[in-house]
Amino acid sequence: MTTRMTMTQKILAAHAGMPSVKAGDLIEAKLDMVLGNDITSPVAIDVFDKAGFTKVFDKEKIALVLDHYTPCKDIKSAQLCAIVREFAKRFNIKHYYDVGTVGIEHALLPEKGIVGPGDCIIGADSHTCTYGALGAFSTGVGSTDMAAGMAMGENWFKVPSAIKVTLKGKLKPYVSGKDVILHLIGMIGVDGALYKSLEFTGEGVSELSMDDRFTIANMAIEAGAKNGIFPVDEKTLEYIKDRFQREPKIYEADQDAEYDSEVVIDLSELKPTVSMPHLPSNTKTVDEVKGLPINQVIIGSCTNGRISDMRAAAEVLKGRKVADDVKCIVIPATQKVYLQCVKEGLVEIFIESGCAVSTPTCGPCLGGHMGIMAEGERAVATTNRNFVGRMGHVKSEVILASPAVAAASAVAGTVASPQDL
Amino acid sequence: MVTGKVIKYGDNIDTDVIIPARYLNAPSPEELAKHCMEDIDIDFVNKVKPGDIMVGGANFGCGSSREHAPVAIQASGISCVIAASFARIFYRNAINIGFPILECPEAAEKIQNGDKVSVDFKTGVIADETTGESFQAAAFPEFITRIIDEGGLLKYLKERQAAKED
Repeated sequence: MTTRMTMTQKILAAHAGMPSVKAGDLIEAKLDMVLGNDITSPVAIDVFDKAGFTKVFDKEKIALVLDHYTPCKDIKSAQLCAIVREFAKRFNIKHYYDVGTVGIEHALLPEKGIVGPGDCIIGADSHTCTYGALGAFSTGVGSTDMAAGMAMGENWFKVPSAIKVTLKGKLKPYVSGKDVILHLIGMIGVDGALYKSLEFTGEGVSELSMDDRFTIANMAIEAGAKNGIFPVDEKTLEYIKDRFQREPKIYEADQDAEYDSEVVIDLSELKPTVSMPHLPSNTKTVDEVKGLPINQVIIGSCTNGRISDMRAAAEVLKGRKVADDVKCIVIPATQKVYLQCVKEGLVEIFIESGCAVSTPTCGPCLGGHMGIMAEGERAVATTNRNFVGRMGHVKSEVILASPAVAAASAVAGTVASPQDL
Repeated sequence: MVTGKVIKYGDNIDTDVIIPARYLNAPSPEELAKHCMEDIDIDFVNKVKPGDIMVGGANFGCGSSREHAPVAIQASGISCVIAASFARIFYRNAINIGFPILECPEAAEKIQNGDKVSVDFKTGVIADETTGESFQAAAFPEFITRIIDEGGLLKYLKERQAAKED
């Protein structure tokens, strides 16, 4: 008998201890990892304590990552970090990361092998969907859900239906995973996958690096999706080798799994793409908007702060200068990525070209610190959201782009692709 | 059952405009409420009255997972949110903190800013007293009703844990 389940549904069924599930079922599933950061964890800890819980379900299956307002931008932020620090010590939480070891959570957890194929993961951060790149079910939740997860090691889910995203062909030079996901969000809209999974498949998947897959899965939430997920292949297994601390479990969608709809993307046809203010779905090719003046460039974030992103930016910036009226801020997502940038000479390239290079932080992406914009300023950023006021003043603007486009724009002083330089 | 004046917004109201990140280090719901909706409606905090009802379009609460968003709306005095659809994390967060939200595309479209509206949570009936029209919101699944009846997710889970240990 065939089960006709999507990859997501198979992982959820396994974690609910059920032979099969179908879209719309309400299930309770066991969790392999529960994540929180310095903004969401203090709220979760308060809820956890007030409900009277006195122990966590598993001190090795909770990750507390102080990445958003760190190194602490003000006293209030420091107070929030202190709450998380105390909780981590109280329960001897294994995966606790503070200034010095911390990186941006969604770059850090895969890098450290804390999450992997077949896992069921919740995180009190909407971009927790990133780990779908590894073939895990991973979704963002709020602080109360995080508290529930820490206490019980399980949580409730409505089993999602799915959109099948079939990738074919191969990306052209200067076109990356970021362009793929911006293009997709432009096609289906910011609620195009609301409550659903985005299941990526097709021969084109094998052409994408793991960093490209992380970027694509990361922004599934920007289409409203519950999760984005990639099949596990040789590249996945190579990535997790010597990292992943548990036994990987590989799930595949059934051949005859049911999907709500299918989207086909020919990777070879994609051009450098940007999302114009103020919605990620407001996409244009760089050609359509090039020449628009900018004041700031951010290269980093959980979307694009990995080593291949740094290399892509450095390749464009090498031997060039950031335009006079542009502030370009480069933020490697983790300490390991940062150190690699130092070893490969990328930091030298960034500084020689006139960029500021920062320790890992989410900072400017959410308008926290390290690059807040004034009224009337406009940024090209490799981040994930361009909502009103996201990076500063309510009358500032964010244009989302790949690292190559962001670097080229920094040099041009206007929206530009590397071929325009 | 609640009755209040409607404050209406459009589609894709994201959690960054509901409560901008620069205020996420605020220590209390009351502090958050002071800045609720400030980036799209600077006047919201002055005009909102206890019991008022917020109406939004499609994909209400999209973006960041910050639970501070439903907390800020609730603490501002809003009694419930009616929208054409909700982003899923906002939907979970509202239920988990026991803040009523109703999905009803027809009501979200037809109810106008400033209308007096009453909502019966038990039946899901939304009545626009200004126009005399009424609408039927989608009912919560029974599982979710249990969570709400227990007073939120953590209380529900604590009850269950206590039952297991007995």
